[in-house]
Amino acid sequence: MKRLFIFLCTGMLIFPGCDAGDNTPSSAAAASSFENNTPKGQASVVDNVSAKNILQVAAGSKDHTTLVAAVQAAEIEHILVNAGPITVFAPNNAAFDALPAGTVENLLKPENKSTLVDILSRHAAPGTFDVKQMRKEAKKARKIYTATGDYFEVTVAGDDIYVEGAKILGTIATSNGIINVVDKVILPKNN
Amino acid sequence: MKNYKTIAMIVVATSILLIIANCNQNATTTGSGALTGSAAQKVFVPPGEHDEFYAFMSGGFSGQLAVHGLPSGRLFKVVPVFSVDAEKAYGFNEETKPMLETSYGFIPWDDSHHPDLSQTNGVIDGRWCFINANNTPRIARISLKTFETEEIIELPNSAGNHSSAFVTENTEYVVAGTRFSVPVPQRDMSIDEYKGNFKGAVSFIKIHPETGRMSLEFQILMPGFNYDLAHPGRGKSHGWMFFSTYNTEEAATLLEVNASQNDKDFIAAINWKKAEEFIKAGKYKNMPTLYAHNVYDESTHSATSTMIKEVKTLDPSELPGLVYFMPTPKSPHGCDVDPSGEYIVGSGKLAAALTVHSFSKMTAAIEAKDFDSQAYGIPILSFDATLAGTVKQPGLGPLHTEFDGKGNAYTTFFISSEVVKWKLGTWEVLDRKPTYYSVGHLMIPGGNSQKPFGKYVVALNKITKDRYIPTGPEVCQSAQLYDISGDKMELLLDFPTLGEPHYAAGCPASLIEPNQTKIYKLEDNNHPYVTKSEKDAKVVRNGKDVHVYMTMIRSHFAPDNIEGIKTGDRVYFHVTNLEQDYDVPHGISMIGANTSELLIMPGQTETFVWEPKRVGVWPFYCTDFCSALHQEMQGYVRVSPPNSNIALSWTLDGEAL
Repeated sequence: MKRLFIFLCTGMLIFPGCDAGDNTPSSAAAASSFENNTPKGQASVVDNVSAKNILQVAAGSKDHTTLVAAVQAAEIEHILVNAGPITVFAPNNAAFDALPAGTVENLLKPENKSTLVDILSRHAAPGTFDVKQMRKEAKKARKIYTATGDYFEVTVAGDDIYVEGAKILGTIATSNGIINVVDKVILPKNN
Repeated sequence: MKNYKTIAMIVVATSILLIIANCNQNATTTGSGALTGSAAQKVFVPPGEHDEFYAFMSGGFSGQLAVHGLPSGRLFKVVPVFSVDAEKAYGFNEETKPMLETSYGFIPWDDSHHPDLSQTNGVIDGRWCFINANNTPRIARISLKTFETEEIIELPNSAGNHSSAFVTENTEYVVAGTRFSVPVPQRDMSIDEYKGNFKGAVSFIKIHPETGRMSLEFQILMPGFNYDLAHPGRGKSHGWMFFSTYNTEEAATLLEVNASQNDKDFIAAINWKKAEEFIKAGKYKNMPTLYAHNVYDESTHSATSTMIKEVKTLDPSELPGLVYFMPTPKSPHGCDVDPSGEYIVGSGKLAAALTVHSFSKMTAAIEAKDFDSQAYGIPILSFDATLAGTVKQPGLGPLHTEFDGKGNAYTTFFISSEVVKWKLGTWEVLDRKPTYYSVGHLMIPGGNSQKPFGKYVVALNKITKDRYIPTGPEVCQSAQLYDISGDKMELLLDFPTLGEPHYAAGCPASLIEPNQTKIYKLEDNNHPYVTKSEKDAKVVRNGKDVHVYMTMIRSHFAPDNIEGIKTGDRVYFHVTNLEQDYDVPHGISMIGANTSELLIMPGQTETFVWEPKRVGVWPFYCTDFCSALHQEMQGYVRVSPPNSNIALSWTLDGEAL
């Protein structure tokens, strides 16, 4: 999995703030590489035929306007349309609202971009973890490795599934992975 | 290519080469439209931007069709047509094997020659590309929605299917003529009895206006000449088909000498609307024969092959008004009709001038019965009666002509290695540019239709020599792109091609791009062995045949562990790609399988057969870098001895599906 993670970071220029705790901006080389691409990379591909991808589904959800705004501010749209497969634990608007007052506004400021990228990336994991698979992870006590290098614990309580303490409110299959809607923003453990 | 060496020898022997010096002095027209701006700028397509034109180039002896963009020359796809293609499993998977069935059995190769595009009202419509197989005579139809070969029809009574596959202006017919005349029907007879006994079949393949499905409507059994190239009438000459002929001497040996004896051969003018009347009036003979008709069904993702045993034939010697011969000097090769349909250009390979016939003069001569003589009951029109004009001292070894829609024609000259621009009506040479080297065909997008799109001409060269970094004794063929928007042609680009590009067809990308199939809808998949969800994946044993119903999605197979297979089994992997996302194919390959990989598009099902010969645990994997977890996309099959009692099982992540 470590090898895969390195691949994700370097090969595809995604998750630029992937070193947890490192808040420095992504390298100039990576930035110029983005500039040479179309502004949003693969996210600018027009495709009305394929099933909707993670970004398209999220953009169409009224419960995820904060998340989508954050993804746009972090300029990581192209990650959410990548071949993946990716599982996104998608905090709904209420989850962001539950953060201390001013947190979201602060994160959306350009100077906090790398922190925002880090927080959002923590909610993405390589792989396809739908509800069935999440139950299996819990049963087999397998942790989910995220794009920031964290390991998330999956637990089951009755009919409910939790990832790192956040409750899964719903699951949507998309063309390039899974969206698991969660009721909490999953912050770094040392915070 | 080798045929042309003969031509070269003959021409040198007759000292016609002196003409070249004069020719070059004839090009005196002024004008500089094409000379402004650099060539590099004109062919540069910035990253992420699209080419303006598609160019469909025959793959020649590769048997395939190459899809390039113009003006960049970039190669985008090789569409497998008449030859197996391990990359795409064409001819290797169970679904496409029937596409290469013929009356001679499964044939893994052919020699593809002349692509032509479907038309509506004489204008290219971007629906289908047709191309001929030269060796085992066949015509293929390629969908320009999927860029896959959808249909192949074999042509009986034909041999060296060269004057093909040319499309009439409402795609009523694709026409295909035999190069070699043969006994019809085939029989055991002396080759010495060729003359007067062999026949040259030209085939009219009807095209269904909506589906494009092909059916062999009728064949005209012509005298035993060689039928070289063809062009349908346009506009006023719609309803006629013109074929160049050579070897009107009817020689069966040393043709390089014996087929060059007559001063003139013919362009055969066939009135196919008249042929339809004869068919309707029942004036045909049903001839027993055998040919294959292979159809790929997008719904089942599978092809079927059907053998057909009869063909309707027309005998022109008994049907007045069906065929006329127009004498044309010295073994005409190209036979090209201008956008108005008035001029029919006959490129006598060995002639010192280009001969242009007039359609209206031809019909007047037919009316006036202005015949010189007849051949096998077919009237031979007087040469002067149909002649519109000649292009004098144009170059050496003329082959093919295309048109720009502005009253100009462009002809290739093999021996003098050049493209020559000349004016219709005045027959004056306007410009000439060298090619590198020995050009065969040329192509202007839409340049054989009523509406050429102009802008570029592509010269398709037979010989490359020193043009690129070398690759041993075998070097590629090449194409050269010229800007023809100004008075003078300007060489812009030189790029390598697949196989030997005989002909090419081109059209604006805007005709094709909006109609592209991006994915196959899983719900519409009617493959008999489709698996539409992982829970339906299974393994079924039927004696020694084992059918694996498998799915693939980023980034795993289901099932990915199979046990209970035995040596001596015949294991069919029916694999469905569950993805519904553009450009996410998956592949699969199995160690030791005596076939190719599968490359499966989203929503598609394909099958390969594996006959395990050794006991052990054998891996399979995804061959297309599908996703970030592609390297994890793999599985194992346990193979036990024939007497083993290991139960058949199939699992994913340690659990039954």
